[in-house]
Amino acid sequence: MSVLFHSRTLLPGLFLSLVFVAAALISLAWVPYDTTVLNIANRMKLPSWEHWLGTDQFGRDILSMIMVGARTSIAVALVAVGIGMSVGVPLGLAAAARKGGWLDEIIMRANDLVFAFPSLLIAVMITAVFGASALNAIIAIGIFNIPVFARLTRGAALSLWNRDYILAARVAGKGPARISLEHILPNVANLLIVQGTIQFSLGILAEAGLSYVGLGAQPPTASWGRMLADSQTMISLAPHLALFPGLAILLTVLGLNLMGDGLRDILDPKLRRARV
Amino acid sequence: MSLLSIENLSLSIHGIPVLKDVSMQVAPGRILGVIGESGSGKSMSAFSVMQLLPNGTSCSGNISLAGQDVLTLGERDLCRIRGRDVGMVFQEPMTALNPLQTIGAQVAETILVHENVSKSEAMVRAAEALRRAELPQDKFPLSRYPHELSGGQRQRVVIAMAIALRPKLLIADEPTTALDVTTQAQILELLKKLVSEDNMGLMLISHDLAVVADLADDLVIMKNGEVVEAGPTDTVFRTMQHPYSKALLAASNHVPDREGLVQETPLLKVQNVVRDYVTHTHGWWGKTVHFRAVNTVSFEIKKGESLGLVGESGCGKSTLTRAILGLEEVQGGEILFDGQPVFTHHHANIAVRRRMQVVFQDPYGSFNPRWKVERLITEPFHLLDNPPKGAERDRTIAGALESVGLTAEDRHKYIHEFSGGQRQRIAIARALIIKPDLIILDEAVSALDVSVRAQVLDLLADLSDRLDLTYLFISHDLSVVRSITDRVLVMKSGEIVEEGPTGAVFDAPKHDYTKQLVAAAPVLPADITAA
Repeated sequence: MSVLFHSRTLLPGLFLSLVFVAAALISLAWVPYDTTVLNIANRMKLPSWEHWLGTDQFGRDILSMIMVGARTSIAVALVAVGIGMSVGVPLGLAAAARKGGWLDEIIMRANDLVFAFPSLLIAVMITAVFGASALNAIIAIGIFNIPVFARLTRGAALSLWNRDYILAARVAGKGPARISLEHILPNVANLLIVQGTIQFSLGILAEAGLSYVGLGAQPPTASWGRMLADSQTMISLAPHLALFPGLAILLTVLGLNLMGDGLRDILDPKLRRARV
Repeated sequence: MSLLSIENLSLSIHGIPVLKDVSMQVAPGRILGVIGESGSGKSMSAFSVMQLLPNGTSCSGNISLAGQDVLTLGERDLCRIRGRDVGMVFQEPMTALNPLQTIGAQVAETILVHENVSKSEAMVRAAEALRRAELPQDKFPLSRYPHELSGGQRQRVVIAMAIALRPKLLIADEPTTALDVTTQAQILELLKKLVSEDNMGLMLISHDLAVVADLADDLVIMKNGEVVEAGPTDTVFRTMQHPYSKALLAASNHVPDREGLVQETPLLKVQNVVRDYVTHTHGWWGKTVHFRAVNTVSFEIKKGESLGLVGESGCGKSTLTRAILGLEEVQGGEILFDGQPVFTHHHANIAVRRRMQVVFQDPYGSFNPRWKVERLITEPFHLLDNPPKGAERDRTIAGALESVGLTAEDRHKYIHEFSGGQRQRIAIARALIIKPDLIILDEAVSALDVSVRAQVLDLLADLSDRLDLTYLFISHDLSVVRSITDRVLVMKSGEIVEEGPTGAVFDAPKHDYTKQLVAAAPVLPADITAA
């Protein structure tokens, strides 16, 4: 356990991230107020004992909205990272195993192709074609995670392929697929975990961005991005409507980035040695 | 008066003692050889002269450099000394130079840092320093980049940087360890010449007794952070007192006992093997260039024989190894193992492959750091149709570990819990576990300290007698090859230039290249070896 204290950023990052994960999980079972019920009489209240973070223009409790929104953000980002990893990592491993071959060329040029498009623009296009929904947002964000993981995996795997223990495995008659799985993957896993947390936070930002322009989760599903969009016309009237979802996005992304940084410090033996 | 005098230097890092009461002197125009195995504190002693020490280091004692007490100087004054009064040459010429700067700029940098001169003047002096390091301007202009030079030439650039300001003291930390024998001889010759030209003091750090014995006027032998033997070189060698220095000397000349029952049947036959590499010069559609790494090589290894293969880096040794192991297909010729081809229909022949194993040079890179020893050494089981299971498997693992001098309990440990020598034993255990007939030892002892190397050589000799093993022993170190092989092949630029019984080839080399190699190999003075 003491390894957790080797990094100054890991614990604060872990704490912040866990707060929002906990909020999302709790919202599955219980929220202070139902977010689908409107209560116009009670609208745009400032924070009070009844409503800790106040109410929005329809009288819904902002704390409850943020808790449910956390669920949307985390689910979208998690699945998007999952898509990126489950497709990108095997592609990267395959490209590294066949370095310089046609398979490597095809995979990497396809990656370049995806990289060449601004990701949010394509996400807008996908949602415009297939309709705005949380699912389409997930797919759009997920596709852009693929080349990130493919490239990272390939780069790290290439340097591992030159190691003597890979040569020893080849002398033992193991084929490239087996070597990739047994030797390469466990040794690049730490990099992938770190990149995973960073992509996770980028996914949350992307989801918020898509929802903000109305292409993400649709009402009545609560989403941080749409809460921001809805409150912007009333920013001078009731600034807390924009403040709290904004803070939620900021703190989650900050927490995840700190956590990623901290994980890198702990998992990367090169950095660890430099610290001691 | 001595130029550098270290007296009773003790040094600890975060409270852990590293050096204890170390004393040594370097006089102008003299060469001090500092010898020790890894972890003996020899580099730390040298770095303490420049105070380039890790964070958390505390020193006590006295280091005086040309009358100045180094330990009392502040960082500003130290910066003035580094590079101007003390020059340094590092072990690895590949990483000691910045790949983005020309060699001229890098040599001139030392001058610009310390002296208020114009850039063009610094360049003129850089050219002069390079000339003194035997890189003449007509062949190696200042505008060259490090990647355009060979390892030996880069080391000359590093030396030029170190001597550009004609320092009083030069520290060379294993300056030739990463270089080939012939290059090593040239670099040592250059260092010797510079010392006498500039009346400079040289502190030459090495793990190789033979390298230092040739060159040094004085000698310091270190062990575990302490000086165990010191004095003028010939006296030290003659009147060696400390058991450690005696052991070190014995290990350097160690010849393992071998019965060497060579049978007449050939085990491996390499016939006219050709290995070409094809590279594209400019992208996919560019001209293809063929590079012939191995050119019509033929030889045989008999059953029970230990065959040496010597040659410098880039001569094709490793390529040949891969071809024999069936990792890469050859473009011409044939490799037959016990009469069967290593490659059939573009695939490695598994029946042959399971009878060959390999041990690599680097004890640190040869193992997956995330696996336990048990899993590491059983990896070759993959080659077997019916790998042992259950109790039999346990017995095989224990047997392999015990045969290399480890215990059966070591199977539960991770590789980082072992020292370099132990790791090399584990590598041998991994090779032994499927009971192969042929083991290829690719520089298998080159990265080890002399005493550990002697033990591993003994182990190899013992194993070959007990298990009827055949070795192909690849090395650049002639003394090691001499001690463990029956016959030797000398390889140069992809071709075998000389072949014969090891003793005969080294005592009376016929080919010019073999003569060069033998002449360049550092040897301990004859009267000492006899003792």
